[in-house]
Amino acid sequence: MTMVETPAPRSLYTADARTKARNAAEKRFRIYGIAAVAIGLLALVVLLSSVLGSGLGAFRQSVLSLPITLDAKALDPKGHRDPAEMAKATTVTYGKLITKALEAVVIEKNLAPGMKSKQIGELISKEAPAGLRDMVLANPSLVGTTITYDVLASGRVDGFFKGRVTMESAALDSNISPEQLQLADKLRAEGMLKLAFNPGFLTNPDASELRPESAGLGVAILGSIYMMVIVLCLALPIGVAASIYLEEFAPKNRFTDLIEVNVANLAAVPSIVYGILGLAAFINFAGMPQSSPLVGALVLTLMTLPRIIIPTRAALNAVPPSIREAALGVGASKTQTIFHHVLPLAVPGILTGAIIGLAQALGETAPLLLIGMVAFVKDYPGAPPEGVLDPASAIPVQIYNWTQRADPAFVERASGAIIVLLVFLLVMNSLAVILRRKFERRW
Amino acid sequence: MTPGLLALIVLALACGGFFLGRFRALQMVGKDLRLLHSLPGYYGQTVALFTGVPALALMAVWLLVQPIVIETRISSMIPEADLPQGSSRDLVMADVRRIAYGLDTILARGAMSEASLSEMRADLSDIRSRMADVGVALGADVQPSVFEAAKAWRHTTGLARVGMTAATLAVALAGFGFATFRIRPEFRARNVSETFLRWLLIAASLVAIGTTIGIVLSLVFQTVHFFQLYPAQEFFFSLTWNPKFGGGSELSIWPLVWGTLYVSAIALAVAVPVGLFAAIYLAEYASKKVRGIAKPLLEVLAGIPTIVYGLFALITVGPLLRDWVAQPLGLGSSSSSVMTAGLVMGVMIIPFVSSLSDDIINAVPQSLRDGSFAMGATQSETVKQVILPAALPGIVGAILLAASRAIGETMIVVLGAGAAAKLSMNPFEAMTTVTVKIVSQLTGDTEFASPETLVAFALGLTLFVFTLVLNVLALVIVRKYREQYE
Amino acid sequence: MNNMRLTERAVQATDTKITARKVQVHYGASHAIKDVDIDILDKTVTAFIGPSGCGKSTFLRCLNRMNDTIAICRVEGAILLDGEDIYDKKVDPVQLRARVGMVFQKPNPFPKSIYDNVAYGPKIHGLVRNKAELDEVVESALRKAALWNEVKDRLNAPGTGLSGGQQQRLCIARAVATSPEVLLMDEPCSALDPIATAQVEELIDELRANFSVVIVTHSMQQAARVSQRTAFFHLGNLVEFGETGQIFTNPRDPRTESYITGRIG
Repeated sequence: MTMVETPAPRSLYTADARTKARNAAEKRFRIYGIAAVAIGLLALVVLLSSVLGSGLGAFRQSVLSLPITLDAKALDPKGHRDPAEMAKATTVTYGKLITKALEAVVIEKNLAPGMKSKQIGELISKEAPAGLRDMVLANPSLVGTTITYDVLASGRVDGFFKGRVTMESAALDSNISPEQLQLADKLRAEGMLKLAFNPGFLTNPDASELRPESAGLGVAILGSIYMMVIVLCLALPIGVAASIYLEEFAPKNRFTDLIEVNVANLAAVPSIVYGILGLAAFINFAGMPQSSPLVGALVLTLMTLPRIIIPTRAALNAVPPSIREAALGVGASKTQTIFHHVLPLAVPGILTGAIIGLAQALGETAPLLLIGMVAFVKDYPGAPPEGVLDPASAIPVQIYNWTQRADPAFVERASGAIIVLLVFLLVMNSLAVILRRKFERRW
Repeated sequence: MTPGLLALIVLALACGGFFLGRFRALQMVGKDLRLLHSLPGYYGQTVALFTGVPALALMAVWLLVQPIVIETRISSMIPEADLPQGSSRDLVMADVRRIAYGLDTILARGAMSEASLSEMRADLSDIRSRMADVGVALGADVQPSVFEAAKAWRHTTGLARVGMTAATLAVALAGFGFATFRIRPEFRARNVSETFLRWLLIAASLVAIGTTIGIVLSLVFQTVHFFQLYPAQEFFFSLTWNPKFGGGSELSIWPLVWGTLYVSAIALAVAVPVGLFAAIYLAEYASKKVRGIAKPLLEVLAGIPTIVYGLFALITVGPLLRDWVAQPLGLGSSSSSVMTAGLVMGVMIIPFVSSLSDDIINAVPQSLRDGSFAMGATQSETVKQVILPAALPGIVGAILLAASRAIGETMIVVLGAGAAAKLSMNPFEAMTTVTVKIVSQLTGDTEFASPETLVAFALGLTLFVFTLVLNVLALVIVRKYREQYE
Repeated sequence: MNNMRLTERAVQATDTKITARKVQVHYGASHAIKDVDIDILDKTVTAFIGPSGCGKSTFLRCLNRMNDTIAICRVEGAILLDGEDIYDKKVDPVQLRARVGMVFQKPNPFPKSIYDNVAYGPKIHGLVRNKAELDEVVESALRKAALWNEVKDRLNAPGTGLSGGQQQRLCIARAVATSPEVLLMDEPCSALDPIATAQVEELIDELRANFSVVIVTHSMQQAARVSQRTAFFHLGNLVEFGETGQIFTNPRDPRTESYITGRIG
């Protein structure tokens, strides 16, 4: 038996070559770890700043403040001030009024000598006349007066002020010319054209390809809220009930095992598969209406269920058996034990899980594409309960929709919509964190 | 009566039943609680449950089955000859529903009476223009048989509505009466309502099974349909994907599978090393404070919706890679590419790898670390030679789950990878994946009769089976691993 | 008491291996070890005894700086190994632990083969030049741990598959394989059955020929059976330290006497 002879007198104070090498390896390994964490965090920062950077612009929009004379002859030729009669004046008439108002200003201040009326009018959003018309029809007494009205500038003008459109790009653009941009610049110098906060982005419905300046998230936010309410009402009770059964009542047998594996698998099934299920089962088989928040909510409910069941079971499981034994010991039935003692103690955990599940559902896009929510929807869905059958959009789907359009102005809209979506998610997740912090119990 | 209102009535009835049952039980014993078998609330509960649950269940089933029954009955009213050229029965039935809806609107506006409607005939009056008045646009003039079908559809739907209302209310009232008259002081109300409740709980947990069955049925059913229209050997043994909606498509799965695997491989190549090293650092090295900040921040990456990553790929990463890498190297000029989608997806799945690996590394018992340190091992030697081998099964499970996530991911590849089905090795070329094609074949107007649409179900089934295998494998491995250290 | 051993003990008293002076250990706010002075001899078994929580395990873990892995633990005073302060800034605990091995309360074989468990130390410290040498080291360590005959036919079987006693002897073989100068044992038999305990105790007695062994034990009988010198700890103080025979037959401190006769503990 020979022991390996080691270099005889080893002092602890001097590191030998091998130890030095090993310590260097140790240092390298630690640096890899730090680098990995740093890469992850850097990716997060870049992701968020890229989205914020390109999306903040959506919350500010170029508007023109114009003194508009609401010519009674054009708008209400019979002079009855009857909205039904006045409705005969179409947006074309209002459009002419607005153009005339702008033209008057331009001529008065001699901002663009020689420019034609049509070209001046192109500075204004095509959506503007409809807004003015709605306002006048709601308040017929305005007819005949001169009001100062804020109209949206066209998407290209807006893009010019946000740096998206340049003189060079305008020269190649059939929708805008450099001369028009110069006029816009002068109008800004006059203080008539400015970037202002844009509440319409949150309230307006979607707009067509040529009117990015008026596109908003109104319908999408409403649709998302409808869906989230339905998902919450369905997924939370069903999920909690299923968890209670699986955790507290289910016998330990093959069948229970099957359900458990099944739930775990469902939590990891690609979301698009749920979309296929929704299309095949709810729309084709059961004949529910396409694009409706109800179908979207049902699909998201099925998708969210396993994501609620898993944390709920964990929360129930975390309640120590001593509590159950104490209740059973004083003669409570098993059901009473669970509903009077175990469930209340598990509520914070369940709510946290439910909120996080809901947040995931809110950001889900792919299944909603398949059930037709990607369609262009300009009308707000009706009030619930019947409104859940009307076509609607959802925030993430609206984002996808905007990314598919040609005008780069929609990229800004999509990024802005992401900010809205992230704000919703941030609120929900903070709520979950607060709940957890506040009610967390260590047994 | 609308379903919503009906449901509200049933719920109100159930609520009333609760108070009535409670009141009746108390009255029977002259308010002496001790004479009752159960607490009075349980008597109320039995009434409420027997009133509400069967009635609402009936209503739900009725709403699901009614359209199918009516559809088949009405559909048989239209002779084969009346189907327009190039149209299908599905499309005509859609017209039938829209005409019926239009008729409802006309009646609701009071432009016509119920009696004159039943006399109205398609060949005598201009249905198309009257429909256009109420906002229902029809492509062609209406065939008499189609119009009759629409009238019948309206009629039957109305009848069914009434039938449903009657049946639901009858069931609710029957349950109400049965449960109310059952109340006796010695009636074991608690046991009855608890048993009832337990069945409700079981039903809730069966929803999960039902979902899986629903997924499998809808996928398999339509996939079989697809293979009736398109030869299976073409699907599995050719190499071109070229759908043409006019017919003559080539629909091979391989270019899509290749794109899917290529993107996923790049994503895993990013996420596995980064996620694993991050997990090791956070579990073994980081101070409590650093861990407390970095871990939740990394998990934020998992909470960000995939559409956000998709947009990130589309507007930031794609152009960046194209301008700084692909074009200078002469590898392509497309901003959507396998590399774009793969990198962004890799970032997305970092937390899936790191979080689960972190848990798993933490589950390795401290005694093994002590044993290794006591031998004079450095921390990295301990990690590499003791902890990682011990945690390997769990980490493999985590990677499999991440792979399943990558394969099923949709929005990032829709926005980042492109739409061209190609079998190419160049990572800077646009390629497409299974999920992208599911989306593109199933969005827009879907008509369930052409192989170009139905192929999406075959793709969906492939995807489902693929991820199912990965998920179950990962689950089994992780579960075994957990048991080992419990 | 075994008289033959008592005589043997007198012969064996040799040079000091570890010297501890004024050692203080703090766990956060609690003062776990107070002013401990002790000299541990080479080629001797030293037993630490005392009631639960008296600090004997804590002190043992100071001797190879295992307490470094606990963030809130602070050690003051001097602990010298062959005259060198092991808490000196220049000292790499990795090098120290190669010379001061440790065996734990619960057997903790790595989830590797028996061979790899034993080969772990020599490999990481670079003690061997080739596979043949490694085989030799593994065999000799397993023989020293009295495990060779039981496992020589299944060296590639996982170490976790052995019985509790075998696992603990495997851990001893693992510790011995780096040929340390001191072997620390933290209640090595508390998770074992009586037969396995007897085997390990016999082994400890044999290990004395090559190493200085320090053993923490709960069992006074075990201390009496295996050790030559015994230290009695109480509430973080080293109450009494001396020849095992003297401690058990003629304790000087009343607290030692109370513990040994079973009045405190």
